[in-house]
Amino acid sequence: MAKFVKKSGKDTPGISTASLPDIIFMLLFFFMVTTTMRESTLLVKISPPEATEVQKLEKKSLVSFIYIGPPQDKKLGTESQIQLNSSFAKVSDIAEFIERERAAHDEQDRAFLTTSLKIDKDTKMGIVTDVKQELRKVGAFKINYSTLKAARKK
Amino acid sequence: MADIAFLLLIFFLVTTTMDVDSGIARMLPPPPPPGVDPPPIKERNILKVLINSKDMLLVEGKPAAVSDLREMTKAFFLNPANDKDLSEKKVKNVPLLGEIPVSKGVISLKNDRGTSYKMYVSVQNELAAAVHELRDDFAKKHFGKKFNELNEQQSKAVKKAVPMAISEAEPENIEGN
Repeated sequence: MAKFVKKSGKDTPGISTASLPDIIFMLLFFFMVTTTMRESTLLVKISPPEATEVQKLEKKSLVSFIYIGPPQDKKLGTESQIQLNSSFAKVSDIAEFIERERAAHDEQDRAFLTTSLKIDKDTKMGIVTDVKQELRKVGAFKINYSTLKAARKK
Repeated sequence: MADIAFLLLIFFLVTTTMDVDSGIARMLPPPPPPGVDPPPIKERNILKVLINSKDMLLVEGKPAAVSDLREMTKAFFLNPANDKDLSEKKVKNVPLLGEIPVSKGVISLKNDRGTSYKMYVSVQNELAAAVHELRDDFAKKHFGKKFNELNEQQSKAVKKAVPMAISEAEPENIEGN
């Protein structure tokens, strides 16, 4: 019993803040490493469809994005448009876009270049088919339909 | 010091976007060489999947729901009773597995220009899921493991034994809009 009395008589020591900067730095480095800056602002609205059989996109640096969706600006209509880099584009601009993307990479990396198609789920397939035909023509065969991962139902 | 760290921390907290890019990976076929007809495929070896502009599905000439597509695809490739309307099998020599029957089936996917992308992706997803399940079953039977857990050689063998053959038709207007 005497032991307990002795303990309760003492003040609880305050939490040491000496390690606080370490924790903050740890968090800081974590966010610095994981952060990916979005290079282009989206001009089109994209809510991707859901799918269960998804694969992760590997090697972000080897991926080029094509966005297709209705414009954010309502004045430009509701028809789906193509966005390459940070401006609207036509189907015929894709060949040049892919060429530029190829020129920016090493010879040995070119075979692994992937085109990720970020497409709004309410887009009609007509424009998507046109884009796919154009990609076939320029030889960018590796594509990835960007989707959200849905839970697999059994 | 801690102030600067805090400032930077908050900056990165705000700018960070945690979106993991994921999606369904596909290979586009190279454009057909001019003047060469595609190789003929027997009628029974093709599973025809059509989607119209109203997002309705037609499988082998009969209306179907997306939820049925997976089972239909699996039945088409497996064909355990050697049904005359389902895919043929050809005995092939696959490394690690030896002589095994491999399905000659091809899925032919055709969509209208008015089909919504959502529908297209869900059909692609069901087809991929069907092949994935077939590969899982096959891997379990022959290697006692799931397809994802196989080593590189084994997964190559399984891929050869259970090929994913999806052919997309050259685009055309089915309904004229």
